[in-house]
Amino acid sequence: MTGYTHRGRASARIVAAGAVGLLAAGALTACGTGPGTGGTADADDAADRTLTVYAAASLTSTFEQIAEEFEATHDGVDVELSFAGSSDLVAQIQQGAPADVFASADTANMDKIVTDDLQAGTPTDFASNTLMIAVPPGNPAGVASLAGLAGDDVHLVVCAPEVPCGAATERVEEAAGLTFSPVSEEQSVTDVLNKVITGEADAGLVYVTDVRGAGDKVEGIEFPESESAVNVYPIAALERSAEPELAQEFVDAVLGQEGQQVLGDAGFAAP
Amino acid sequence: MSLSLSAHLPERDVQVDLEVADGETVALLGPNGAGKSTLLAIAAGLLRPQDGRVTLDDRTLTHVEAGRTRAWVPPHARQVALLAQDPLLFPHLSVRHNIAFGPRSRGASRRTAALEADRWLDRIGLPDLGGRRPSAVSGGQAQRVAVARALAAEPRLLLLDEPMAALDVDVTPALRHLLREVLADRTVVIATHDVLDALLLADRVVVLDGGRVVEHGPTREVLSRPRSAFAARIAGLNITPGTWSADDDAVRTTAGDLVHGRLHDDGGGAEPADRAVPVTGTPMVAAFRPATVSVFPARATGSPRNSWPVTVTALEPQGDLVRVRAGRLSADITPQAAADLAITPGDEVWFTVKATEVDLYPA
Amino acid sequence: MIPRWVAAVAAVGALLVVLPLAAMAARVNWADFWTLITSESSVAALLLSLRTSAVSTLLCLVVGVPLALVLARARFAGIDLLRSLVLVPLVLPPVVGGIALLYTFGRRGLLGESLELAGIQIAFSTAAVVLAQTFVALPFLVISLEGAIRTAGTRYDVVAATLGARPTTVLFRVTLPLVWPGLLSGTVLSFARCLGEFGATITFAGSLQGVTRTLPLEIYLQRETDPDAAVALSFVLVAVAVLVIGLTRRSRSAL
Repeated sequence: MTGYTHRGRASARIVAAGAVGLLAAGALTACGTGPGTGGTADADDAADRTLTVYAAASLTSTFEQIAEEFEATHDGVDVELSFAGSSDLVAQIQQGAPADVFASADTANMDKIVTDDLQAGTPTDFASNTLMIAVPPGNPAGVASLAGLAGDDVHLVVCAPEVPCGAATERVEEAAGLTFSPVSEEQSVTDVLNKVITGEADAGLVYVTDVRGAGDKVEGIEFPESESAVNVYPIAALERSAEPELAQEFVDAVLGQEGQQVLGDAGFAAP
Repeated sequence: MSLSLSAHLPERDVQVDLEVADGETVALLGPNGAGKSTLLAIAAGLLRPQDGRVTLDDRTLTHVEAGRTRAWVPPHARQVALLAQDPLLFPHLSVRHNIAFGPRSRGASRRTAALEADRWLDRIGLPDLGGRRPSAVSGGQAQRVAVARALAAEPRLLLLDEPMAALDVDVTPALRHLLREVLADRTVVIATHDVLDALLLADRVVVLDGGRVVEHGPTREVLSRPRSAFAARIAGLNITPGTWSADDDAVRTTAGDLVHGRLHDDGGGAEPADRAVPVTGTPMVAAFRPATVSVFPARATGSPRNSWPVTVTALEPQGDLVRVRAGRLSADITPQAAADLAITPGDEVWFTVKATEVDLYPA
Repeated sequence: MIPRWVAAVAAVGALLVVLPLAAMAARVNWADFWTLITSESSVAALLLSLRTSAVSTLLCLVVGVPLALVLARARFAGIDLLRSLVLVPLVLPPVVGGIALLYTFGRRGLLGESLELAGIQIAFSTAAVVLAQTFVALPFLVISLEGAIRTAGTRYDVVAATLGARPTTVLFRVTLPLVWPGLLSGTVLSFARCLGEFGATITFAGSLQGVTRTLPLEIYLQRETDPDAAVALSFVLVAVAVLVIGLTRRSRSAL
């Protein structure tokens, strides 16, 4: 995959989210979860069935699209989406939040659900994501490869090891036998992307989907070592769901051809 | 240090010229709102006139022409100290450090300033209060400290704005005494509405009313022959200079008459027991109001010990009364009494006043 | 006399603050508490927080005292606007402050480019943390000091000037000592605000152990993987805040 071209509504949103960081992320989340008025589009006022989907923040644009199509093919069904960091979502589900479906950005967080036996059936991997080097347009620091990030003269920003993208970064470092000295270890991949977009950082390690979503605000550079840190996204219907069949249908929709098409367009790879 | 001040401040309707000679104390007399404080503020550099000039010796402190400042010395560089009716001792500093503030600001060392403060504490009679906070001293003591603080700054001009106004009447004599002592030979302007301040502290009086000088001249002259309404209201006081005669326990006037009265301590001591009786020859003044004076065609035979023959020089209406002038003295009597006596200028009559109505002050 | 219902509502208000703190304290894993708060990253974060907060508070004093003095005493057109602008960070979400700082001191910011040419780089440095903290804490100092200066008035300053004290001498020997309580409480509020600063820091300064990752950032990060550590560190932060405010109250009442 080279020479990304980006257009469309979803990517514009991600860019906006990147530009204003946490604040905008919070606002988007709020949009997706407005109670009663919820759903994304064409929500029939007479909707008498509501499906609540908790999904990792990196799935925002793709799941909005999938939910839209799901509502179009399921009369009277209203899909409410709640986007946040996977660990936050897990904590909410553990505290009894009324979620029907959970889509995680990594297996570790889904494992917590499984440990507490909150899932219905077995979680299924539906997508994967790999890391990519993101640089500001024009690549001012002239980064060409992963090894080029190891020097002190490049302002590198990565995710902190405590969060999934940071764990992936560590694996990549190990596989490549490199030691990075980043100027910052950010809390989330959005923060990393934001630092690159604003030009504060010369380079950042983010997911392929982030680069694609950012449009021409950043340039992406692939590197072979990314294969050593493939991040897998699992999805599961939840055990406490009031709409178990509908929940399973949504999971199937994500795994189905159209869902996979949407995810693929956004840069996700097959699991 | 001689002060020359001329200021026009339209927004307060003040237009005044004032000259103070080197070593002279001038009292600014006038009712509230007459412009006394405005004048002091202009001299101290706290206020800029629309037009005006303030000169201390040869140094121009303020020079403004039609609102344009030509010369300006900021307050701290004027060497002009201002003492208000409120002592305004710095509450966070001890009494000693309050007095040492001026010397410290002049650049004196901590030690020198403290020594100087202690000298002043002795001089104002409060040698033991140096370590106290201002909140722990009385109002009278605080004002004494404020005087010491102002003078320790070695001002070339001292401005006093109603320094006794906020004090209890029983502590004003002590402060007045202190001022008499320390103001000698200094160039001072004292704003007051108390005629005694003017009488006892000032060489010269300038009467202000409505932002204008309405009268000025040597203190006793202005006070005994007031020409302005305000001066007449507060003054009109009979003032007779003389010297103390211990044998007679009275003041002997220059004319040789004896005047008995209530001896006002000059405030030398805080306690009545400490109060010194003047020695013979001490310059004194006797003061009494014209309304307390009775007029008789001959020497009164009753108890009053004060009775002098005088020659009537003029008769003039004074409100509901008639003012009988006899040289420097005057008496206010009812028109009825005046008619009964059939007084005309040139008549010889006796002025009589009870000793309890006469105040005797060291001059 | 306090009406009974007022006392009842006051109790609800107090609970609103105290209950969550108590609930958090109840969740502290006391068995591992010491280990949790003395981990390398925790100690680094705590020390960084104390260090940056101290420097930021000093910076607040250096620029905030003159600012408060000007706002309280100067008269010029636009001073009301200036006052409103200076106090804006009080009501601004800190993350917005972070974005604003980024566009000012960032590498491509208003001043950042010139600074970078001069060899000064603020982004991702401890200086960025200090700037973020100063930005959010400054209004706390200014607002309480300005009020104190207004209340104190200028009478004593005038006396000091006529005693021959230069304006600077007056400031340090009269004006500031007289507003000492306001200055102290403003300083403590600023310090506490610096200590708790999160949004502007994470947006503007980044997050790197020992350099820019202050205690609040460390807590936020630990929450991902080690909630016990996050709770323990939160407790430490609360304890430090209570200690600072308590000490100040004591020293104020001793005045």
